[in-house]
Amino acid sequence: MRSRLQKIGLVGASLTTFVLLWALLANHLNDNALPPPIDVWNSLLVEYRSGELFHHLGMTLLRVLAAFIVAMAVGSAIGIWLGMHKLSNRILDPWLILLLNIPALVIIVLSYIWFGLNEAAAVGAVALNKIPNVVITLREGARSLNPEYSEMAQVYRFGFIKRLRHVVIPQLQPFFAAATRSGISLIWKIVLIVELLGRSNGVGFQIHLYFQLFDVATILAYTLAFVAVMLFVEYCLLQPLDNHSNRWRASHE
Amino acid sequence: MSENALVVDVRDHIFKMGRGEQLKAIEHVNFSLPANSFTCIVGPSGCGKTTVLRLILGLDKHNNGRVELLRDGPVSAVFQEPRLLPWRTVEQNIRLVLPPSRQQESLDDLFEVLGLAELRGFYPNQLSLGLARRVSLARAFVLEPQLLILDEPFVSLDASTAERLRELLLTLWQARPTTVLMVTHDIAEAAALADTVLVFTPRPSRVVGVVDIDTPRESRNTAVIGDIQQQISALSVTG
Repeated sequence: MRSRLQKIGLVGASLTTFVLLWALLANHLNDNALPPPIDVWNSLLVEYRSGELFHHLGMTLLRVLAAFIVAMAVGSAIGIWLGMHKLSNRILDPWLILLLNIPALVIIVLSYIWFGLNEAAAVGAVALNKIPNVVITLREGARSLNPEYSEMAQVYRFGFIKRLRHVVIPQLQPFFAAATRSGISLIWKIVLIVELLGRSNGVGFQIHLYFQLFDVATILAYTLAFVAVMLFVEYCLLQPLDNHSNRWRASHE
Repeated sequence: MSENALVVDVRDHIFKMGRGEQLKAIEHVNFSLPANSFTCIVGPSGCGKTTVLRLILGLDKHNNGRVELLRDGPVSAVFQEPRLLPWRTVEQNIRLVLPPSRQQESLDDLFEVLGLAELRGFYPNQLSLGLARRVSLARAFVLEPQLLILDEPFVSLDASTAERLRELLLTLWQARPTTVLMVTHDIAEAAALADTVLVFTPRPSRVVGVVDIDTPRESRNTAVIGDIQQQISALSVTG
């Protein structure tokens, strides 16, 4: 309990120092390009009271969620398959490297040109940017599956679902966790570009709007609001889930 | 003589190594196991004992001969390593092998016999090797298999722990009879446990001799085990 309080205190002190430094620098520069924290807070309140903040945050969050689900489902299936089948991996590896090296912007622009300025194209473009990373992470996971457990499952005649649930997925859990972490942070950044280029709502759209108005305080307000949402996801969803999956490791300590 | 539970007749089994290299692991291994018998395979290291077990378990494929289970029913195995799933508790590891129709069964008796009652909720990484082997034995017996394969199940244990586990194995086997095939490099262990001992030659494997042990287990004192050991050792040398 005490160490937990210490941790919270340390994080609080670190964030307060950051805000203080920011305020000092903004005060020193006295320029619209870097508004002080209080101006950003006021912009946040204005957007909140008008209802715009939650509307745009909500739209962005929905796109992040949709792209994340598609990327994880497709990427995991392909990654596990490639990790288990050497020949398929040899054939598809060059495709993967190609896809990994196409800039996100190119995929987004082409997606809008080929499929139109619609939601499916937007979410699909974001997912396609993330899929190769998930494939590579899960491919490594599938390669490191312990054959001893597979043999045990074979001897005891585990069915496909039972084997997947009790033998394969628990071994892949650290790889799922890594893909999820890097996935969410990458996806929400790409979602903003997708919104900026071809959507009429969302945090990316709002940032583009306030960029044209040179309203840096509101740009920062939206950015910080979304970062706060992602921190909530990390600390209140991902970490507890991670701790639950890893409880057997903790039992050893 | 009771009916056979397993027939093995494999010739010229080639073991494929990396980079296209091949190794003749088995020349001719030919035996059958009567139902509910306890058979041990002994032989020098690398003589293909484990290969034979893997062929029986279907973990490796053979292309010359037959491995045939003559009775329907599940097969269990206890490997050299306990192979317990580290993310499942002791009880979950044991229940995992049971079919859905048996999931509600109480395992209290089994846990009691094995001295695992207090450890049901423990994870495998909290257990010593000896305890993990007990759980592995429990998992093998809970299924009430037609055939139980044991691959050097007491290797790397101190003498007293190995002895306790051997006694436990016999207790479980006598309470839940099944056909047992066990590989061991310890001739005394084979002499103490088995009804029949199959002696293998060094690779490529051949069954060089069969020792049937008529003395009841409870009468096998040090002198009797010593005699049986001598018979087995003599076959090993002449083979």
